Amino acid sequence: MSVGIDNFLIVGAILFCIGLFVALSKRNAIGVLMGVELMLNAVNLTLLTFSRFGAGPHAIAGQTFVTFVITVAAAEASVALALTVSVYRNRDTVDVDRINLLKS
Amino acid sequence: MDGVAVTLSFWILAAVTLVAAAGVVLARNLLHAVLLLILSFVGIAGFFLLLSAEFLAMAQVIIYVGAVAVLVLFAILLTPHAGRDNGETRMAAPALLLSLCLLAVLCFVIQDTAWPLATGGGPGLSAADLGEALLTTWVLPFEVASVLLTAALVGAIMLARTPQDEAEDALA
Amino acid sequence: MAFFLATNNWYDFRDLSNISRVILEGAGNILPHGIVYVLAPLIGFVASFLIFVLPSQLYVGVLGERKIIGRIQSRYGPNRVGMFGVLQPIADAIKLLSKEALTPKGADKAVMWIAPVVFVMPAVMLFAVIPFGPRMIIADIPNSLLYFLALSSIPVLATFMSGWSHNNKYSLFGAIRIVAMTVSFEVPLVLALLGVVLFTQTASLQGIVGFQRTTHIWLIVLQPLAFALYFICVSAELNRTPTDIAEAESEIVAGYLTEYSGMKWGLFYGMDIGYALAAAAFASTVFLGGWSFFGLDHWVPPWLIIVAKTHAFYFLFIWTRGSLPRLRSDQLMVFCWKYLLPVALINLAIVATERMVWIQNDLSTNVVYVFAVVNLALAAAIVVAWARFVGYKPEDTPSQPRFVRDARGYVPVGDAAALVQPSGAPKGKGS
Repeated sequence: MSVGIDNFLIVGAILFCIGLFVALSKRNAIGVLMGVELMLNAVNLTLLTFSRFGAGPHAIAGQTFVTFVITVAAAEASVALALTVSVYRNRDTVDVDRINLLKS
Repeated sequence: MDGVAVTLSFWILAAVTLVAAAGVVLARNLLHAVLLLILSFVGIAGFFLLLSAEFLAMAQVIIYVGAVAVLVLFAILLTPHAGRDNGETRMAAPALLLSLCLLAVLCFVIQDTAWPLATGGGPGLSAADLGEALLTTWVLPFEVASVLLTAALVGAIMLARTPQDEAEDALA
Repeated sequence: MAFFLATNNWYDFRDLSNISRVILEGAGNILPHGIVYVLAPLIGFVASFLIFVLPSQLYVGVLGERKIIGRIQSRYGPNRVGMFGVLQPIADAIKLLSKEALTPKGADKAVMWIAPVVFVMPAVMLFAVIPFGPRMIIADIPNSLLYFLALSSIPVLATFMSGWSHNNKYSLFGAIRIVAMTVSFEVPLVLALLGVVLFTQTASLQGIVGFQRTTHIWLIVLQPLAFALYFICVSAELNRTPTDIAEAESEIVAGYLTEYSGMKWGLFYGMDIGYALAAAAFASTVFLGGWSFFGLDHWVPPWLIIVAKTHAFYFLFIWTRGSLPRLRSDQLMVFCWKYLLPVALINLAIVATERMVWIQNDLSTNVVYVFAVVNLALAAAIVVAWARFVGYKPEDTPSQPRFVRDARGYVPVGDAAALVQPSGAPKGKGS
């Protein structure tokens, strides 16, 4: 009964693909943001798996990288949500199909 | 990693996280989708604990569950007339195809590669090691990240102002 | 731990971990491998929560709080049920269990059911890391302080879920106000605790108690500003007056608890007290010395010491609740972002400087007494100086009754002056 590096990596891969599907297919802009956050979490999981299991002298680099990913994800979520609220105030919708002023 | 406890907790965490992520796709109500997203964040924090990254597990809960999720809920609150359903666009079928193909490729790569594993079960890293790395080897990205956070803070405030807020500030 | 007099016999009540260790070893011999992992936290839960916390919660939190607040307000507390009201918590529990649990039409039943469960979770989980003695701790993790901070983010979600799911405008208002307030007050809390970690060099609660024991000084004396910040921020996180805009009974019916009845409300109310006790136990460990008392813990069982300190800290909560009026939502936000956060940053700068001085000059640990005196003086100075800097002038806020015009209030002129009596109250039907 043991758990190896493959198990963690496959969980990370499945999470990433679910996040990709959510980010590409949701109609609500906030739904798209939720998909992006899922993808970033899957990446964090993969990075930490390699930090924990992988050979190499810089195992701490994995944890450092995850710190920066969490930081950047938090910053990006706040700006994205501020943008969503601003778009809502001007267009009264957050439906990504209807925010298409640049469409020819 | 051997042992009944580790294996059992891995499978339980995997089930919880993946079912919650699937719930984000399938939930009909946007609020339920956000709550299931929060559950998947907590599951990921559990995975971080399994991978001996305790500081990052706590940071994940504090930042993602405590702040990012609250931000998402506030954005939903501040957009009251937008639809609260969690439906998909016309691109759902191609997106599904793309996700499945990517999953197939990733799983094949994971299964097929002989990852070079650390002997002896890997190093025992603590928060002190992470702190030292962040302030010695990786100090430049650390400082840039703090500038990034300040810029995001100011930017989010400026973007989310109503014209009434701007008028009040112009008068003051 | 050489001076700790408790032996390893199971009947030595000075160290209650003997009992759990004997039970777990016996279980490990009898039951199949792996069940011990499930049994250990159960024993821990029974020991810490059901023995230490639940009686405190019922008797100190429900009965004691109401009687003390009653005395502060010149009235008796509950004294009808049983002699001096002793059976009041039991009567409350029976009443709540027998009430009908309504769910309003249009409310989100699943979320409404889950919100009390999520609210109970942090209060109970926090007791897993609090050290009740040198060996009496359920989970001695190296990051207990961060664990507390992580758990304090979860009631925010629970209150938001409950406020949203009621399909009621008052609940939603309560939920919005409380989420904004709680999230804002977490920032000075984290900064204050960061200053503590700088000195103790460890984030584990057992290590912090060890630091206070070996240097013979309590962190409340060494970092009084951090303690004050912790107290204010934690009472905001717990929605206790003066910051209880979430459940302001006179303003928004009952805020996020409006549509809860019966035991669901009882869970929220009970865990309000339970979470306050957990925060008090955490403060007793970090700031008041935990299970150590300058050597008294040789004779008195250490778990009694920490329980006494927890109740003393909880009395501080009760005292402020009975004495202070409620602050408005915008006053709270201004207080947090313009006053508490800069003071927390200044505190962090001072603590970091002291730590640098300590390390670089390689001083002995007796220098903490010097730091304690310096910090006490600086704390008083900063509190007053920053308040002046932000613009608070005590001469503007009257503490005695005065004429409205002397307190720079509204003084009507012209026709409106005829309508107003000299004391500032309007003439007319009511007076």
